[in-house]
Amino acid sequence: MKNPRLLTLHALAVFSFLYLPIAVLILYSFNGQGVGGFPPHDLTVNWYRILFNDGPIWDSVLNSLLVAAAAMLIALVFGIPAALALDRAQFPGKALFRRLVLLPLILPGIITGLSLLMLFRVADMKLSLLTITLGHGTALISVATTEVFAGLQKLNRAQEEASLDLGATYWQTFWRITVPNLKLSIIGAALLIFTLSMDEIAVSFFLIGRDNTLPLEIWGRLRRGITPEINAISTIIFMFSLIAIIFWYRLRTKSELSREIAAGLADAANEC
Amino acid sequence: MFSRVYRAAITLPPLVWVALFLLVPYLLMFCYSFWSVSESGAIVHSWNLDNYRELLTKPVYWQTLLRSMWIAARVTFFSMLLGYPLAYFLSFYAGGRKDLYYQLVIIPLWVSYLVRAYAWKTILGTDGVLNTLLQYVHLTSHPLDFLLYSPFAVVLTLTHIYTPFTFLPIYASLEHIPRNLVEASHDLGATPAQTFWRVIFPLSIPGVLAGATFAFVLSLGDFLAPLLLGGPSGIMISNIVVSLFGAAYNWPLGAAISLCMLALVLALIFLSERLEKKWSFS
Repeated sequence: MKNPRLLTLHALAVFSFLYLPIAVLILYSFNGQGVGGFPPHDLTVNWYRILFNDGPIWDSVLNSLLVAAAAMLIALVFGIPAALALDRAQFPGKALFRRLVLLPLILPGIITGLSLLMLFRVADMKLSLLTITLGHGTALISVATTEVFAGLQKLNRAQEEASLDLGATYWQTFWRITVPNLKLSIIGAALLIFTLSMDEIAVSFFLIGRDNTLPLEIWGRLRRGITPEINAISTIIFMFSLIAIIFWYRLRTKSELSREIAAGLADAANEC
Repeated sequence: MFSRVYRAAITLPPLVWVALFLLVPYLLMFCYSFWSVSESGAIVHSWNLDNYRELLTKPVYWQTLLRSMWIAARVTFFSMLLGYPLAYFLSFYAGGRKDLYYQLVIIPLWVSYLVRAYAWKTILGTDGVLNTLLQYVHLTSHPLDFLLYSPFAVVLTLTHIYTPFTFLPIYASLEHIPRNLVEASHDLGATPAQTFWRVIFPLSIPGVLAGATFAFVLSLGDFLAPLLLGGPSGIMISNIVVSLFGAAYNWPLGAAISLCMLALVLALIFLSERLEKKWSFS
């Protein structure tokens, strides 16, 4: 533990372990001989060609995008007020409310999925993309709430106070002061919720109707046998995720940079 | 400064939604666990403890639960073994590359859980990448068939999935350690080992507890990795629940098992929060 060289070696080993399956996944999406078999043979983009002509996969991608967008909306619409409520309202049962909201974050998906399945059964609701969306939206309120709550801790309430004192309504203050100040937390939460929903399978597994989301479509195919087509679609999704991370990272560093510049200017002004 | 109307407006909608879609479903699960199924497959709404009695008397349930806990314990141990030194390295020795390395730990989280489990399947199978590689370099003459469809494959895959999860809270708690404490320890003549074990490690315990809880709880409830890579010897408790809700069609018994899992998980979270408070630096 004490020797940086040993630690460096260990870090290298962990990174290799983390990236090995991803490297294999991408490499074998170009393998003409199917998945597995060393060394890879006959590099080809044929699997991508098959993939692009595969209707059911693209239907499921579309379904997943719809579910993720709607779940994101639900999670934000309820998660942002929930964070505000936890930050600035007192009400009976607040501690229980906090626990309930955050529980899906740590609970195995099977419990969230099954409990909702029972709800929909009792309410006599047919399982469909709607039930999956409700499940994702509800489970991911936790993400929106934690992100926005963290953002609220850094927010200067004086601005909201000033806005209210100057005669703005609560509604105006919310949209013109609170939301813009929480912009980064909200965008961060939205991106996170969207990707988590795109990947989600444990909750969807129990709430699926006739239409598949992408992970469930992949799951169904895995049970029938494995083809590099799955590597190909996974590679494409991974690349999109990477782009989203880079986008988010640049957005954040840029705004942090501008905040630092602003702070520096303020310091300079004070010294004058 | 916030009026009653404002507070009601931010509180009521999430409160109602959470009550309807989280509280009611958990309560329903609780109710179901006391009901039963008739011969014709209908749910009988008569209250009794039969499901719980069955769980206690049939060894298959608690044996599977114990096996799941053992698998989860190993996953937690290995994730710690990989995650802690990595977090320590990043926090104390990575210098200017810290942010880059941090992102590198996060990126695998963006590859779908299912896809990573699938990738391990393609590596470990009898015609998989590892076996064909070993034969290619003549380390073995025939494929090793114990790699896939075993608890080993499940532990390996779940460790791969939960190492970044354990890394994150540990890294956060290491980053919060005031660096002058470490310097003071060095200045007062402590060896690096003493500084680590007496200053750094105790202060990182809240992160360790949070990471361990994450890894243990989430791998305990996993059912996809066992289905994909576990084989008959890698069945976990959630797989039994899945079959009770599917082919075996006994929702009440499945609900009873889920409720036991929920209770176990809540107890663990409670315990880890207690310990965290005890160890947190104030």
